[in-house]
Amino acid sequence: MSFEYAPAPESRAVVSIKPKYGHFIGGKFVAGSKHFPTVNPATEEVLSQIALAGKAEVDAAVKAARKAYTTTWSKMSGKERGKYLYRIARIMQERAREFAVLETLDNGKPIRESRDTDIPLAAAHFFYHAGWADKLEYAGLGTSPKPLGVAGQIIPWNFPLLMLAWKVAPALAAGNTVVLKPAESTPLTALLFAEVCQQAELPAGVVNIVTGDGSTGALIVNHPGIDKIAFTGSTEVGKIIARAVAPTKKSVTLELGGKAANIVFDDAPIDETVEGIVNGIFFNQGHVCCAGSRLLLQENVAEEVLHKLKNRMEKIRVGDPMDKNTDVGAINSKEQLAKITELAAAGDAEGAERWSPACTLPTKGFWFAPTIFTGVTQAHRIAREEIFGPVLSVLTFRTPQEAIEKANNTPFGLSAGIWSEKGSRTLWASQQLRAGVIWANTFNKFDPTSPFGGYKESGWGREGGRHGLSAYLKGVSHE
Amino acid sequence: MNFYGLVDGSDASLKSYLNNLSGVDQVGAEARAAMLATRSIKTSSKRWAIDTAITMVDLTTLEGADTPGKVKALCTKAVRPDPTDSTVPSVGAVCVYNDMVSVARTHLDLIGGQHVPVAAVSTAFPSGRASMAVKIQDTQDAIDAGAAEIDMVIDRGAFLAGRYIDVFNEIVQIKQVCGDKAHLKVIFETGELVTYDNVRKASFLAMAAGADFIKTSTGKVAPAATPPVVLVMLEAVRDFYEMTSTRIGVKPAGGIRNTKDAIKQLVLVNETVGPDWLNPKLFRIGASALLNDLLMQRMKMDEGYYSSPQYVTMD
Amino acid sequence: MSNRIDVKKTYKLYINGAFPRTESGRTYEVKSAKGAFVANPCLASRKDLRDAVVAARAAHAGWNKATAYNRGQILYRIAEMLEGRRAQFVDEIMQVTGVTKVKAEKEVTNSVDRLVWYAGWTDKIASLAGSTNPVAGPFYNFTIPESMGVVAAIAPETPSLLGFIDSVAPIITSGNTVVILASTKAPLSAMTFAEVLATSDLPHGVINILTGKKEEIAPWMASHMDIDALDISGLPAKLHAETKVAGAENLKRIHSFKSADPGRIIAFMEAKTVWHPIGL
Repeated sequence: MSFEYAPAPESRAVVSIKPKYGHFIGGKFVAGSKHFPTVNPATEEVLSQIALAGKAEVDAAVKAARKAYTTTWSKMSGKERGKYLYRIARIMQERAREFAVLETLDNGKPIRESRDTDIPLAAAHFFYHAGWADKLEYAGLGTSPKPLGVAGQIIPWNFPLLMLAWKVAPALAAGNTVVLKPAESTPLTALLFAEVCQQAELPAGVVNIVTGDGSTGALIVNHPGIDKIAFTGSTEVGKIIARAVAPTKKSVTLELGGKAANIVFDDAPIDETVEGIVNGIFFNQGHVCCAGSRLLLQENVAEEVLHKLKNRMEKIRVGDPMDKNTDVGAINSKEQLAKITELAAAGDAEGAERWSPACTLPTKGFWFAPTIFTGVTQAHRIAREEIFGPVLSVLTFRTPQEAIEKANNTPFGLSAGIWSEKGSRTLWASQQLRAGVIWANTFNKFDPTSPFGGYKESGWGREGGRHGLSAYLKGVSHE
Repeated sequence: MNFYGLVDGSDASLKSYLNNLSGVDQVGAEARAAMLATRSIKTSSKRWAIDTAITMVDLTTLEGADTPGKVKALCTKAVRPDPTDSTVPSVGAVCVYNDMVSVARTHLDLIGGQHVPVAAVSTAFPSGRASMAVKIQDTQDAIDAGAAEIDMVIDRGAFLAGRYIDVFNEIVQIKQVCGDKAHLKVIFETGELVTYDNVRKASFLAMAAGADFIKTSTGKVAPAATPPVVLVMLEAVRDFYEMTSTRIGVKPAGGIRNTKDAIKQLVLVNETVGPDWLNPKLFRIGASALLNDLLMQRMKMDEGYYSSPQYVTMD
Repeated sequence: MSNRIDVKKTYKLYINGAFPRTESGRTYEVKSAKGAFVANPCLASRKDLRDAVVAARAAHAGWNKATAYNRGQILYRIAEMLEGRRAQFVDEIMQVTGVTKVKAEKEVTNSVDRLVWYAGWTDKIASLAGSTNPVAGPFYNFTIPESMGVVAAIAPETPSLLGFIDSVAPIITSGNTVVILASTKAPLSAMTFAEVLATSDLPHGVINILTGKKEEIAPWMASHMDIDALDISGLPAKLHAETKVAGAENLKRIHSFKSADPGRIIAFMEAKTVWHPIGL
C-alpha cells in the first residue's frame, strides 16, 4: 500500500476579493476607468477586474506623492517614520495568512511557499528597514544624507508582495514617498497592502499604488515629477528604462535577469546538493531571477548526481497551489508558459536531451512539468537565455578553473551556487565568480540584511542591507 | 564472508570505504527534514498512517525496576492496544531486557500474541561497555529465551576513536550468534556520535557488516531520533539498496512521543526510501507513550471529537 | 650656452606599459597659454581605444588579484616618482595652462599628496564598504566590495594633472584597470605622468592613456561592450545623455563626480554577498 497524501487544501475563506478594484492614491481607494481581469493561473478563474492606470491616474499619484513628501514625510523625523514602518510590519504579520492565500491565488505559487517564505520575508523586510529610518547618518553616506524625493517603482509578478516590500520599505525608511505599480498579472496583494497602509495610519500619499500594464509603467518611467526609478524585471526592459532615463536627472536602480551557474564539485555533500539543485530551479516554478538554471557538474560525479537528481524529481508534487503538500505550482501566465515551451523546444531542436518525471498536470490552468536537459553546452540557447521556468540545463566541467570560466561566460551576473565540502575551494570559487550573490552549499536564500543584486547585465545596485539604502539617498559626491 | 563486496574485512579496506563516503551538510539535511515536516497528512491518509504506525511500534520497557508483572501488562497492551476496539492492530514487537524475554514470550503465547515477536536489547545495553564474551553471552541468553530480534549497541568509544574495524567485527560476531534465529538491529546512539557524517558512516559500516536493521538510539540519551538523523539513515539505506539490492530496515527510537512525530517519520520514509519500507518488516518505531497518543488520535478520527487519556489504558 | 637647441619630446599614447603612436597617424596641436606651439600629441582613434581596452582587460585579473597592500605600495611608489620629478610637471603646467608658478607648485604638491591619500585607501575601503550580515539562519553571510573590471574615464580639462589623478587613482585603488582620455587642451601632464607610471612597478595595462577629442572617443567608450563602467566627470554635460543611452546596451555603470571622495572608489566597485552554512 502506498502512502498517498489526501488533499490538504488551505481554506480560501480568509480572503475576500472584491469584484473590481481601483487605485490607491492619496491615502484613498479611487475608482479606475478601464479594467482588465486578473486570473488564478492554476484554474483560469477570473479573480477580479483590475484598473488600468492612464496618464490622469499616474499624474494624480505622483502629485499625491509629491505633496506628501514636501508637506509631511520629509519633515518627519526618522524616528517617527520608523514607527509607521514597524506598524506596517506588525500588521502584515497579523494578516499573514490572508496575504499568503491571496498571493497563491493570484500568482499560482504553492501555499507552502507563500506562507513560509514570501510573506514572512516581506514582513521582515519592513521590520528591518523600520530600524534604519532614524540611523541613516551611520549608513556611510555622509552625516546627513538626503532622500531623493518621489520614487517610481515597478515590480514583477514572481514574488509580488516580497518585491513590493523590497521597494517600499527602504524608500520610506530613507524618507522618500512612492508610486508603485504591481505587475499586470499579480496586483492583489499590493492592493491588500494598501489596506495595511490605511490601518497603520500612514500619512496619505506616502504610498500610492497604481495598477496597469506596460503602458502604465512607461508613464511612470517618463514622468517628470519622479526623482528615482526602481525596476525589477527583464534585462530587455531594464535597458529600455536606462535609455529612457539617460537624458534626465532621475536616479535608477535595476534588478534584472540571470542565468546562474550552480556548480557541483566532486566533494559536495551529495544528498543536500541534490536538494539544493531542486530548490535552485524548481522553487517558485523557476520564476526566479537568481534561479540556478545552469547546473555545472564536475564530470567525475555527473552520472551519480544526475541519477539521484532524477530519483528526487520523481517525488516533486506538482498541482493545486492551494494544497499544502504541493511543491511546484502553476506557471504565472499563458504568455510565460508559451515562452518556456518555446525555449524548451529550442533545447530539443539543438540536440539536448530532455527528461521530466511522470506528472499528471491539471487540464485547466498553466502548467509545465519540472524538466532537465542534459548534454547542454554553452552554445545552446537554453544555456544562454533566461527561461524563467522549471527547466534546468545541465553542463559538465573537468577542473575548477573550467567551472569558473563557464560560470562567468555570460552577460548576466546575478547569482551562483557552489557545492563542496572544501572551505578553501569554496572561498576561492566565490572570489572568482562574477555574481552579486553567491550561495555555498545552499541556494535561494534571502534576508533583509543581505544585499541582493547583480553584476553586468543583471542590473544596477543592491537591495537589502546597508548597501541597499544608497539606492534611496543622495550620495555625497555623485552629481 | 563477502560483506556485499563493499569491503574485504580488513581495517584498511573499511577505512578507505568509510572515508570515501560523501559528507552530510548539517544545515541542508536539517532543512530537508524540516520541509518534509510541513507535509499536511489529513483524513484518509492520516487514518492509514496511524494504523500503520501502530503496527510499527516496538512497545518497550527497559527499566531497572521491570518486573514480570510490568512486562506481562506490556504484552497484553501490545497484542490488543485498545480493549474496546478489536480493529486496532497489534504492535510490531515487544522490546525488553534479556532476562525478561521468556516472561514476555510465554505471556504473549498465552494471550493469543504468537504473531508478536519479542525483541531483546543486548551487548551490554545501553552503554556497550563490556567484554566481547559478555556481549556474546548476553545475546545468546536472549535468543535461547525466545527473542526473535536482537537490538545490539555499537561500541561508541571505539567508533569515535577511529577503531572502525573493531565496531565492524563486533557486529559480524553478534550476527553470527543470531544466525537465522533472530534479526539483528544495530543501535548507533546517534546522540553520542553527534555529527551526521558519523551517522552516515555508522550506517554503511553496520549494513556492510550484516545488520538487518539500523537503529538510532537506546532511548537513554538525548538527542535521539530527530528527523534529520533518521533522514540521513534512510538515505544511506536507499543508497545501499541501489548498490546491493538488499533492503535494510530502519528504527528510530526515543523522542517520538505523539502521532504528529510518528507521521513525520512515515513521511520521511515515504519520500526518501519509498513506500516499500512502510511496513513493520522494514520500519519500526521504538516507543512507549506514543501508542496511547496514536490510539487517542485514532479515536478522534473515528468519533469526531477530542479524546482523553482516560479512554486509553495506561498499560 | 643659452643658444643650445633643446631636444623636444614627442608625446605618444600609453598603452599596455608601452608608448605607441596612434595607429591613425594623426596628431593635433597643443598651444601654450600664450598661443605658442608646444607639441603634437596623438589624436587617438577608436582603434587605439580598442587596443587599450584589450590591454586593460588582460591586466585586470592580475591587478584585481594583487593584495590591497601591494596595490597601496604601488600607488605610494607612483607618488614617490612624481615627487622626484616635481619640477618637470610644474614647468609643463605653467607652460600649457598659463598659471603662476605658485599655483602650479600647489597643484603638483596636491597631486602627490592625493596619490598618497589613495594609497592609504586600498586596504581600508573594504571595511567601509563591506559588511557581515546577521541573517536569520545558520549561515555566515558577508558582503565584500570588488572591482568591476575595465573602467573608461574622461579626465576634466583642468586641472591638467590633479584632475587626471582624481579620475584615475580611485578607479585603480580597488583593482579596476582603466582607459582614460586626458584633457584635450592640456594633455601633456597626463602623458608625462605616464612616464611616472612606467617607472612605478605598475603592471602593464592597468592604466592606459589616450589623448584626443572627447566627441570622437566618448561614443566609442560608451558603446564598447567590454567596458564595464564609465567616469564621465570630464565629459561636457550636453554629451551625458547620449553617452548613457549608448552605455545601456551592456548596462555600464556610469558616474560623474565633482570632488575627491572615497565614494568615488566605491562607485566603481560591485558588492558581492556570500552565504555559507554553519554546521557540524
